[in-house]
Amino acid sequence: MHPSKVIQIAWKGLAKNKLRSLLTMLGVIIGVAAVIIMVSISAGTEKTIEEQITSLGSNLIFISQNFTRMGFGGGPGERGGETGGLVFDDAFAIADQVEGVTGVAVEQQSAETVEFGDVSLDSVEILGTTPDFPAVRDMTIAEGRYFTQQEDDRKQKVAVLGASLAEELFGDATAVGQTVNVGGVKLAVIGVLAERGMVGNVDFDMRLYTPISVVFQKFTPSMFARIMGDRVRMIYAKVDTDQVPMEDIILQIQLLLAKRHDVSLDAADFSITTQQDIISTQESTTAAFRDLLAWVAAVSLVVGGIGIMNIMLVSVTERTREIGLRQAVGATPNDIRWQFLTEALLLSLVGGLIGVLVGVGGAWLFGELGGMRTVVVPTSIVLAFASAAAVGIFFGFYPANKAAQLDPIEALRHE
Amino acid sequence: MADQTIIHTESLTKIYGMGEIQVKALDGVDLEIRENEFVAVMGPSGSGKSTLMNILGCLDRPTEGRYILAGEDISGLSKSQLARIRNQRIGFVFQSYNLLPNTTALENVMLPMIYNRNNGHQSAVEQKEKALAMLELVNLSDRIHHHPKELSGGQMQRVAIARALINDPVLILADEPTGNLDSKAGQEIMGLMRDLHSRGSTIVMVTHENDIAAHAQRVIHFRDGHIESDQLNGHKTPHPNLAQEANDASQ
Repeated sequence: MHPSKVIQIAWKGLAKNKLRSLLTMLGVIIGVAAVIIMVSISAGTEKTIEEQITSLGSNLIFISQNFTRMGFGGGPGERGGETGGLVFDDAFAIADQVEGVTGVAVEQQSAETVEFGDVSLDSVEILGTTPDFPAVRDMTIAEGRYFTQQEDDRKQKVAVLGASLAEELFGDATAVGQTVNVGGVKLAVIGVLAERGMVGNVDFDMRLYTPISVVFQKFTPSMFARIMGDRVRMIYAKVDTDQVPMEDIILQIQLLLAKRHDVSLDAADFSITTQQDIISTQESTTAAFRDLLAWVAAVSLVVGGIGIMNIMLVSVTERTREIGLRQAVGATPNDIRWQFLTEALLLSLVGGLIGVLVGVGGAWLFGELGGMRTVVVPTSIVLAFASAAAVGIFFGFYPANKAAQLDPIEALRHE
Repeated sequence: MADQTIIHTESLTKIYGMGEIQVKALDGVDLEIRENEFVAVMGPSGSGKSTLMNILGCLDRPTEGRYILAGEDISGLSKSQLARIRNQRIGFVFQSYNLLPNTTALENVMLPMIYNRNNGHQSAVEQKEKALAMLELVNLSDRIHHHPKELSGGQMQRVAIARALINDPVLILADEPTGNLDSKAGQEIMGLMRDLHSRGSTIVMVTHENDIAAHAQRVIHFRDGHIESDQLNGHKTPHPNLAQEANDASQ
């Protein structure tokens, strides 16, 4: 029989039961749409995270304390120095001695109540940094200025506010020139940073930035940090990889810090992470998430396939007489098999096509109305559609085979 | 041409069941039907006439014995080959018409053409013209686009007859073609069958009504899986070949 004839017959078979065909396709439609939407959401999330991490500042190296290697109770004298962790001077050593490092910023944080007039905000993150911070972390000043090295050296009581913090404290009024009360210490506001948004789970805009020397002196951050003395949580090094390769810079920092801390590289009390490492970590997390979603969606596709098989089995039983008649007038087992296989395939392909439309439209809707970033991944469309076709063939084969193997005499006698 | 043998069977046997409980539905049937014969097959239920029809129609295969249809030995053919024989050699007329619902009379008539691998030379237009001619033959030219549910029983059976003729079969097998019809419609259908016969068709028809069987030339009675009697209908002109055969037998 000519393939176009087979398709025509199968199409007529389905058109006779429009509602049933549509309901049968629903499983595949949902499955395919789910795959596309799920993948588009996770791809969107991935892209957002990637952008956020890149916006942390390009070419950053994060040097942090390795707590598992670090001893407590800390001065260099007590434990021979190898467990001292990162100290303030390490940052300057890196800036001075490591080739390729163009800027260094350190961070130490605390949480204090910030007051201005009637407004009182609890547990505001106080971030002690160095003057390089805006440059290293790609922060922009919206109003006023950031503090200088001189102010840091002199432990000047100045503050730069995050955008949201400034708005909560001062509303529309000018913040620069005012004085805020931070945990009992008065700090002069000298600048406000441009809006930055959430990066990871840190709200850059609700922080108060002040010289790290002020944090050490005034806001002995916590019991933990007090013991640490002038230790810093994190050193950010901005690097220029045009001249010196990233690996070399990392190696230089490792050697320098190992020497300064008097530890071997195998037992380092610090760890070095590049931005690429963070992106890869995030990517592997979101990739796992995406895979999970894709599997969930794939399961719904299989459920859709089982729906097709179910309906095709019902259809074969219902149309036993028709099958018998077709056999009597000359349909071979293959003709019958192809007819039902084509019906199942048509169901899944048409369902798949509708599913693609629903999926792409749904992804767009999620982006527009759901406030979710979605990126439709073309391979997910191809994959979902191909899976739908495979599901149709796989789950259509058993009913089609059953129809093909019917005995014409029995089939004709069937009521 | 007229002396060509359409059906030739040698000790055709069909046994149903396995092991100890076996039923011999056909028990060594030797049958010869020639071209342009009109044969009625009668017998009580369980006599083997349905089994015979199934085998003659290539829907079933005999357990033992040989069946030669228009010179072709059917006995050893595969399912697909049997389907080809049914498609090109045999036209079926069923008691319950077996038309496809939601399908027009014309499409029903054209159904066997879909499965015919030998009509590649015919264009779609030629095929349709042939189907229209068949519908005209059964006097349904004004009903070609009607669905079965819009047709009377007699009209449905006429569509079925047009369908049976579409691939120019050498044999028409009719299984109680008037069983579901009132006597008027039944007589109409029998008139049509006689028409076909007079145009040269070879017809084998199962019936258990004597007045329907009376339309045939030759009546074969079945009982317990074998032929009980095989007679020419008295009031019909005997077929020359049959007359010859009868003479041969009596000598």
